[in-house]
Amino acid sequence: MKSVIKGASYILAHTPDMVLHNGTTQTTERIVNPDSEYLKELPGHIRSYEQVLSYWPNQVYIGNKTPDELAAVEQPWYDKTCDVSDRYGKFGQIMPQEEFLLLMQACDVFDLVKLDSAFVAAHKPALAQNPVMDESILARIGDGIDGAEIARLVSEEHSEGLYHNGALVGCVNRAHDIDVNLSAHVMHENIVSKASSVLALLSAVHTTGISKDEVEYVIDCCEEACGDMNQRGGGNFAKAAAEIAGLSNATGSDARGFCAGPSHAMIEAAALVESGAYKTVVVTAGGCTAKLGMNGKDHVKKGLPILEDMIGGFAVVVTQNDGVNPEINLEILGRHTVGTGSAPQAVISSLVTDPLERAGLKVTDIDKFSPEMQNPDITKPAGAGDVPLANYKMIAALAVKRGDIAKADLAKFTTEHVLTGWAPTQGHIPSGVPYIGFAREDLLAGKITRAMIIGKGSLFLGRMTNLFDGVSFVIQKNAGSNAPAGVSEEEVKGLIAKAMKEFAATLLAQAD
Amino acid sequence: MDLENQKRVKEFAEQYGPENVVVLLGAAEGEASGLAAETVTNGDPTYAGPLTGVQLGLRVYHVCEPEIKQEFDPAVYDDQVSMMEMVLDVDDIVNEMTSIREQYCKY
Repeated sequence: MKSVIKGASYILAHTPDMVLHNGTTQTTERIVNPDSEYLKELPGHIRSYEQVLSYWPNQVYIGNKTPDELAAVEQPWYDKTCDVSDRYGKFGQIMPQEEFLLLMQACDVFDLVKLDSAFVAAHKPALAQNPVMDESILARIGDGIDGAEIARLVSEEHSEGLYHNGALVGCVNRAHDIDVNLSAHVMHENIVSKASSVLALLSAVHTTGISKDEVEYVIDCCEEACGDMNQRGGGNFAKAAAEIAGLSNATGSDARGFCAGPSHAMIEAAALVESGAYKTVVVTAGGCTAKLGMNGKDHVKKGLPILEDMIGGFAVVVTQNDGVNPEINLEILGRHTVGTGSAPQAVISSLVTDPLERAGLKVTDIDKFSPEMQNPDITKPAGAGDVPLANYKMIAALAVKRGDIAKADLAKFTTEHVLTGWAPTQGHIPSGVPYIGFAREDLLAGKITRAMIIGKGSLFLGRMTNLFDGVSFVIQKNAGSNAPAGVSEEEVKGLIAKAMKEFAATLLAQAD
Repeated sequence: MDLENQKRVKEFAEQYGPENVVVLLGAAEGEASGLAAETVTNGDPTYAGPLTGVQLGLRVYHVCEPEIKQEFDPAVYDDQVSMMEMVLDVDDIVNEMTSIREQYCKY
């Protein structure tokens, strides 16, 4: 029996000070060219929390606006103010930096994250107001230590500073004196990833209404590695995050594949549920500090604000078939194999047209394709173009070559079967998965019948292989006949009524 | 251009002699092609990588330029590149590449 998508969460954390101190574009520049104009100008291009709340793509990411609504807004978007600037959305939230630093401390179990006591006192009440936080997490936040001690740790003990509005308010200590894999820098990066994954997990529990105890397995698909010098990628961010999120019945593991990681993880989750190995699997990923301000030089040069100031995260809940929620169809899987080659034509064929051909489907049988959903507002000024659009043009060109559409219908295809990108450029975060939340709703509402999620990964960045990678899968309308035996017609009706009610509520919320 | 790639291009130019090296690009649009081409001819315009201030002046082409297309077996080109040819703004890429070669190419 096919597994279903029970729901998804999408979260962002606004981390402007980490752009300056932890993004690799900035840390590299500080080493190579410490007196550069870029570093001098950069602070003047940082956005306020209010600005990131009213940024269109962010409101789409957390579900307060739809991709269609975004597509109707003329680009660029950085100079437009979204008419919704809520912190919370139906998929998740946009967390301010001060709360995120507290959450990082809550996620640290080795006493490595130290916060200034005044900072804790000033901001802990705000975190306590957060509807996805509970007592178990708040109880993990200590009273903090003296600011002078933090300054000493940063200057004398190689600790990585934690800053807020330019002021040193905490630090992440190294976890070992000589092991670089446990250095303060690596611990900082990993704790940020873990904390954003925890927030995504908590939000997924919140939005789907599942009980934490139902979750039996968690798969983490971020792009970080944790371990020590004897097992550098030893791993299990998944279980570490599940512990803090209170998923006591879950075990888990990490899936990696650069930006293709989330799609691999989704297929694995669906297979685990469909096989009966686990009833409820959550795929999760936190974000990446290294990519903050990645295209900052181009943004500053062109007078734009630094748009890569958000840590992203997501979680998708995959469960046994309830006869209602959209199904993951493992019979239509695209895979870029070792022998596929790296030419774009070969890549797109292997991920899009080959699986459809095997299933006897045409390109036009997929209502929406979700490839790399990078926000073009970020990538276009950096010379990388509109990434989703580039993917759609390739899919359309292949559809023409196959005879699925006429060449004259190319333009029509790239308006009907596509989405405008809204996800932050955090590698794995924009890769296919940002649409799953909306796809579930569109499928439940009968707006579409099939969506294809496409993940692609640049394996060559790890210098272990020159190969490219990617996998794809199809989410489809629930066939309805797959309700598990023993579930009465009444129960199914109840589930449908609940889903319709949820959908009506989202429509009402949008109308508001 | 990626810092590691700059380093490799520089090393190949030193190993084989710049007159014997041709850089073949596959970038998705004109501006990115131009930046990469400028990097291997006039030096890294972002002043970040090993080619900063290094004017290699290498011959550099995009795979969709006619000079390169004619070097291919047409069947291979159809199989590997024709889809991208349909997608890319080839005229824009050719203009950018020609301009960079005219300004900075030494061979």
